[in-house]
Amino acid sequence: MAHDHHDHDHDHGQQPPSDMALRVKALESLLVEKGLVDPAALDAIVDHFEHKVGPRNGARVVAHAWSDPAYKARLLTDATDAIAELGYTGGQGAHMVVVENTADVHNLVVCTLCSCYPWPVLGLPPVWYKSSAYRSRAVIDPRGVVAEFGTELPEDIEVRVWDSTAEIRYLVLPERPPGTEGLDEKALAALVTRDGMIGTARL
Amino acid sequence: MGGMQGLGEIIPEPEGSPFHAEWEGRVHAMSVASPTRANIDAGRHQREKIPGPEYLAMTYYEKWFRGLTELLFLKGFATMGELATSKAAQGTEKGTPHLLAEMVEPSLTQRGTYLRDYAGKPLFQPGDAVRTRNLNPNGHTRLPRYARGHTGVIVAAHGAHVFPDSNAHGKGEDPRPLYTVRFTARELWGEAANPRDTVSLDLWEPYLERA
Repeated sequence: MAHDHHDHDHDHGQQPPSDMALRVKALESLLVEKGLVDPAALDAIVDHFEHKVGPRNGARVVAHAWSDPAYKARLLTDATDAIAELGYTGGQGAHMVVVENTADVHNLVVCTLCSCYPWPVLGLPPVWYKSSAYRSRAVIDPRGVVAEFGTELPEDIEVRVWDSTAEIRYLVLPERPPGTEGLDEKALAALVTRDGMIGTARL
Repeated sequence: MGGMQGLGEIIPEPEGSPFHAEWEGRVHAMSVASPTRANIDAGRHQREKIPGPEYLAMTYYEKWFRGLTELLFLKGFATMGELATSKAAQGTEKGTPHLLAEMVEPSLTQRGTYLRDYAGKPLFQPGDAVRTRNLNPNGHTRLPRYARGHTGVIVAAHGAHVFPDSNAHGKGEDPRPLYTVRFTARELWGEAANPRDTVSLDLWEPYLERA
């Protein structure tokens, strides 16, 4: 796994203090010495968030819903159980709600208060989702935000923004793209993007 | 900060590793494994207490690191001296980690719930018009400033959930009915907003009154 130091790590493009790596290492050694954390558990947690969860999980949920109308109906009425059917459960996914994009409705998910995000199906959020810029603007200018991601929403589409202020986590079910009738679930899942499931993009 | 303007540019990022430096992953992992994680609301509140000017200048995992360090001190897991020297105080008995490696996957994938028993009767049901109270507490709340004093409609009732305004301060879970409330963009932002658009928030009953 690569650990490159990218600039997009930051809200405003500033560099973190160069001693962060050292300070974090020092805290870890203290917590290990005191028996408060198990270093092997830390490795396993990092591995979980790098390899076990991520938007490919959500893409499988979406592709399955596109392929199976009964599953889609379950997903829209009891998302937590329907997502658990595919094996995706855990913290920040205790209470799931799936909101459906249609020709007339576009959904956009944000957490204006912190960084709430459905970890089991999307993994950890991208830096922009946690940034002050996105958190502040998504509720007041959702159309402008989506346009910056490359999609001009028509004036007559209804935009529904969901601010994740409690322990309910939202996942957008994008519209199935036209011309995908012959594709199997694996091929469909490959069409589903993280941004499409947050709502900053339309597929 | 919902509705504030001028907080910078949104910089899109391709899908990939959630961590952009090794230390970020360690901060995330320590925060998840820490004995302080048991109270997620206290963790959020601790990060909110970072003074605004500093908060805005910090990266995400710098905030997590600061919140974790402060909470370890406040909850008595580490002393100021230990945090300054990164060495356990002499004579400290070694504890047992709250989360062991073999328990990480079962723990991270465990189905949890914030739903709790509630003796009272929920005051509202879907379809009801409600107004958010003009509450400005000193402590933790999940009623965003931009949604205070506005009228909306209940679109879903979720039963009683742990109430962060109480739980964050160690005053117990005090479960309260939770609702999804939909506001028109015009109600929140004025006449310039698109009349079709809405913003929905998940709000606990003490934030609401009948409209």
